[in-house]
Amino acid sequence: MSSETRKIILDPLVDNNPITLQVLGICSALAVTSQLSTALIMCVALTTVTACSSASISLIRNHIPSSIRIIVQMTIIASLVIVVDQILKAFAYDASKQLSVFVGLIITNCIVMGRAEAYAMKNPPLQSFIDGIGNGLGYSLILIVVAVIREMFGSGKLLGNVVFPLVQDGGWYVPNGLLLLPPSAFFIIGLLIWGIRTLKPVQVEKPDHSIIPTAHGTDVHLEVH
Amino acid sequence: MEAYLSLFIKAIFVENLALAFFLGMCTFLAVSKKISTAIGLGVAVLVVQTLTVPVNNIIYNHLLKEGGLAWMGLPDVDLSFLALLSCIGVTAAIVQILEMVLDRFFPALFNALGIFLPLITVNCAILGGSLFMIERDYNLSESIVYGLGSGLGWALAITAMAGIREKLKYSDVPEGLQGLGITFITAGLMSLGFMSFSGIQL
Repeated sequence: MSSETRKIILDPLVDNNPITLQVLGICSALAVTSQLSTALIMCVALTTVTACSSASISLIRNHIPSSIRIIVQMTIIASLVIVVDQILKAFAYDASKQLSVFVGLIITNCIVMGRAEAYAMKNPPLQSFIDGIGNGLGYSLILIVVAVIREMFGSGKLLGNVVFPLVQDGGWYVPNGLLLLPPSAFFIIGLLIWGIRTLKPVQVEKPDHSIIPTAHGTDVHLEVH
Repeated sequence: MEAYLSLFIKAIFVENLALAFFLGMCTFLAVSKKISTAIGLGVAVLVVQTLTVPVNNIIYNHLLKEGGLAWMGLPDVDLSFLALLSCIGVTAAIVQILEMVLDRFFPALFNALGIFLPLITVNCAILGGSLFMIERDYNLSESIVYGLGSGLGWALAITAMAGIREKLKYSDVPEGLQGLGITFITAGLMSLGFMSFSGIQL
């Protein structure tokens, strides 16, 4: 693998992660992560759609008039999502019922649109395809981390296999029910962002105001940047 | 009548699109720095949601659903796989029409909402509302109530979020949590608050 390709794939994993740095595609990241299995299906679906849509948009990028490019991109993405949705309904009906509307919402997932607009419109098909896979993987990484934490500590299982035997089944683990509720996803992603930004201080945002210590004790002044 | 009222309340609080289903999160986090812009976006979402859900309901029930084309003498046609494409198309078209109508007849409102309208096409709360309507098989009047309620719920959530964030800038946040991180944690706490409605049976 050439270093160029490697960079396109590895860059979105931590350094330029679509969820924690670019704030794209968060809706589904939060909603499908209470179980690892649904999260995995969502990751595969999103990575496929991003890669294929980037490649096809890049193929016709020189023929799209810029005034209607959004509609063209939308149509391509929506068609791909319909294909994914139908495949899921045919081969994994239970999973598609669990994901309910979230497969359809891949259409409005900003990662797909964002990559089409920011990368595929300017680069050749192969690179765009790889870029799509890279960003899909960056999204998958966060999703899988959150889903593993939520399922393992929330219900003591992983992909349905018992990891920590629960108290009510005669084991020792008292499950943390909060992790199965929606708000926990917010906390986990917030803490992940904290972790990543502590490791990579470049990503830290500048505060709008900062508190500067003053000579006489408790007085606090706000400095506007 | 009571059923509609409970659907309305449920759509606003119990099944809040932003805080219980995480829809429209990208804009929810990006445009909630100031109360005034948050209210602008909230109103825009409310208007578009109230229009698109019933329109999508009519299109789905009379054109796409299995047996929906019976009035044309084609009772066996099932076009429901086109629902995704038609929903997003209808949303884009309504946003475009709304933009032109506002520009022509209500220039003041257009200036206030102007930059937010195009954003709404790709707001998952709008598409999500229509898809929930299809999944739960609402009829036309239910879908009007649901569109209004869910739009109002989203507007309420983003306004509250902006209010908290305006106060938050005076607090001493750890460096790594600055900006996005603390916003996530705040949204989590708000979502916990909204969860207390979930016990309410209507």
